[in-house]
Amino acid sequence: MAQTAEAPVAPPPRLDERISRKSPLARFLARPEAGAIAGAIIIYIFFFIVATPFRYAASFSSVLYVTSTYGLMATPVALLMIGGEFDLSAGVAVTSSALCASLFSYEFTTNAWVGVLVALGLSLLIGFLNGWIVVKTGIPSFLVTLGTFFMLQGINIALTQTITNQVASPDISTLQGFNSAREVFSASFTIDGVNIRTSVIYWIAFVIIATWILLRTRIGNWIFSVGGHAPSARAVGVPVGRMKIGLFMAVGLMAWFTGMHTLFLFNTIQSSEGVGNEFVYIIAAVVGGCLLTGGYGSAVGAAIGALIFGMVNQGIIYAGWNPDWFQFFVGVLLLGAILLNTFIRRRAEAAA
Amino acid sequence: MNTPEYEKNNPADGTAAPDVLATPNAPPAVNVSAGRSAAGGGVPLVRLIDASKRYGSIIALQNITMEVGAGEVTCVLGDNGAGKSTLIKIIAGLHQPSNGIYEVEGTPVSFDSPREALERGIATVYQDLAVVPLMPVWRNFFLGNEVRKRLRLDIAFMKKTCKAELAAMGIDLRDVDQAIGTLSGGERQCVAISRAVHFGAKVLILDEPTAALGVKQSGVVLKYIVQARERGLGVIFITHNPHHAYPVGDRFLLLNRGRSIGYFEKAQITRDELTGLMAGGAELEQLSHELEDAGGSLADIGRELEEDISELGISGQPGTDANAT
Repeated sequence: MAQTAEAPVAPPPRLDERISRKSPLARFLARPEAGAIAGAIIIYIFFFIVATPFRYAASFSSVLYVTSTYGLMATPVALLMIGGEFDLSAGVAVTSSALCASLFSYEFTTNAWVGVLVALGLSLLIGFLNGWIVVKTGIPSFLVTLGTFFMLQGINIALTQTITNQVASPDISTLQGFNSAREVFSASFTIDGVNIRTSVIYWIAFVIIATWILLRTRIGNWIFSVGGHAPSARAVGVPVGRMKIGLFMAVGLMAWFTGMHTLFLFNTIQSSEGVGNEFVYIIAAVVGGCLLTGGYGSAVGAAIGALIFGMVNQGIIYAGWNPDWFQFFVGVLLLGAILLNTFIRRRAEAAA
Repeated sequence: MNTPEYEKNNPADGTAAPDVLATPNAPPAVNVSAGRSAAGGGVPLVRLIDASKRYGSIIALQNITMEVGAGEVTCVLGDNGAGKSTLIKIIAGLHQPSNGIYEVEGTPVSFDSPREALERGIATVYQDLAVVPLMPVWRNFFLGNEVRKRLRLDIAFMKKTCKAELAAMGIDLRDVDQAIGTLSGGERQCVAISRAVHFGAKVLILDEPTAALGVKQSGVVLKYIVQARERGLGVIFITHNPHHAYPVGDRFLLLNRGRSIGYFEKAQITRDELTGLMAGGAELEQLSHELEDAGGSLADIGRELEEDISELGISGQPGTDANAT
């Protein structure tokens, strides 16, 4: 063949004229978290105007705290959604973990850390079972985790009732190891007179780690691929099943961490807590640009989605409104975010 | 139950039989051994001997024998449902043959997963190309084979390599950071092929690479097939288009309803015969008879069709010399 002799002639290195048309703004808008950032700025300005206390550093620290309690879970939930799956049991799984730790160490009078470790095992097991059932049966995770959601909710309330004859776990603050566990999970420190909880630091750290994993590691590449098109991922050798189970277990891990934080902050835990939070996590991820169909999104976006929740949650209180309006705002945010994201993505793709 | 089924598969035989038998295998059948010398005399990279596949009671593939050597293109032709996909899945390691032997470089193998087949250098480019549309081109290129510095992805290296590999294939990409879903069908196909070549494929299975493409883009893909052959790869080219298969192929396996209806060296068959076999000459003949019976202008069309068939020397039956192995 004559042409093969000429083939090795490399095209001269040059800046491709076809990509210069894309402006920096278009590039920013094409990012998954663009809509969430725009929304966060609007909501910040809104509450800055209507709620005077919202303007103080101390109140913003409590906004950040509320944000972190959502954000700790929104981060792994976002990874799971990018991986193409849902976890509706994520909200009650937090409570299950906290109940397990407190009831175990209280009933057997062990060191608090023993309960913490047992709860870790339970949370990972719940995550594993969710993932394993989804992977083995091929049943949509929406249904599987809806099942585990109700099961966990039932177990939480019924077992607590049976063991303690109450709706909450006993106070474990007298147990050995309680103080050191509180230092680890639920400490706080003061900067410039502003009290900051360590959960905020943990949350930011986890967001950074998750972002690094997503964008800079092989695991991250695989998460995008199993959510984007699982058959393709499988065809090039990505262990799809193991990836999905691992993501469910990551949700379990963070449910454990969030549960421990709540437990050691309040010494006790209400058995009915956590119901409804699974939607907050999912909505934070969606507001942050995660596609419901998987394969697209970012951990930073989910963090900003959680921040929007934190601001609305506290902003309503600072504005002196009835807190029941929060639910209404959640709905508005979700719809608004989906519309905005769809609009932005269409514009960005058209410009590309 | 197998034998009667085989006969049932050719219902047209009854009417067309005399013609079929009369059809001379006009081009002299070149000796099989002469044809095989094209393989370089070496052991074929991939060989199936009498391979069959059943899914429960369904026989998807029966007694298939084929091979591909280094620097050769073996074309697998067949209509929809002929068993091409099943054949690919066996060679790619997704399924194991229910019967028969699957050899790689002369040794019988039994793959449990596509990964094992990949490790032996057998790479498959599927119709859906195994790409993830929302991911950037370079991430798709290295998916499953990521280059890492310790735990971290070596992104700069991967982007550079991806761009260079694509350029070597003659693909000039705007930006390897764009989502692969934004590329044209031909470009995506070529990314998938160059990816397989880059990762050391010895045998490339191409599943209908030209099926969804226009004339020009198909030509581009055929060029890459030739290029891959020149680089010493064995290519298994699945297609239903004899006009795409004939110019690039060294061997042709024709499938119909899970069975081989012919296995030829290139020297044993002409493009028209190949086309005739693919079109199902027997079915065409029956159609021409039916049209003639209908009378009127339809009969004229029928006669015309009959003339074409005899002119081309095609028939629904492979010649007696068809089975090269």
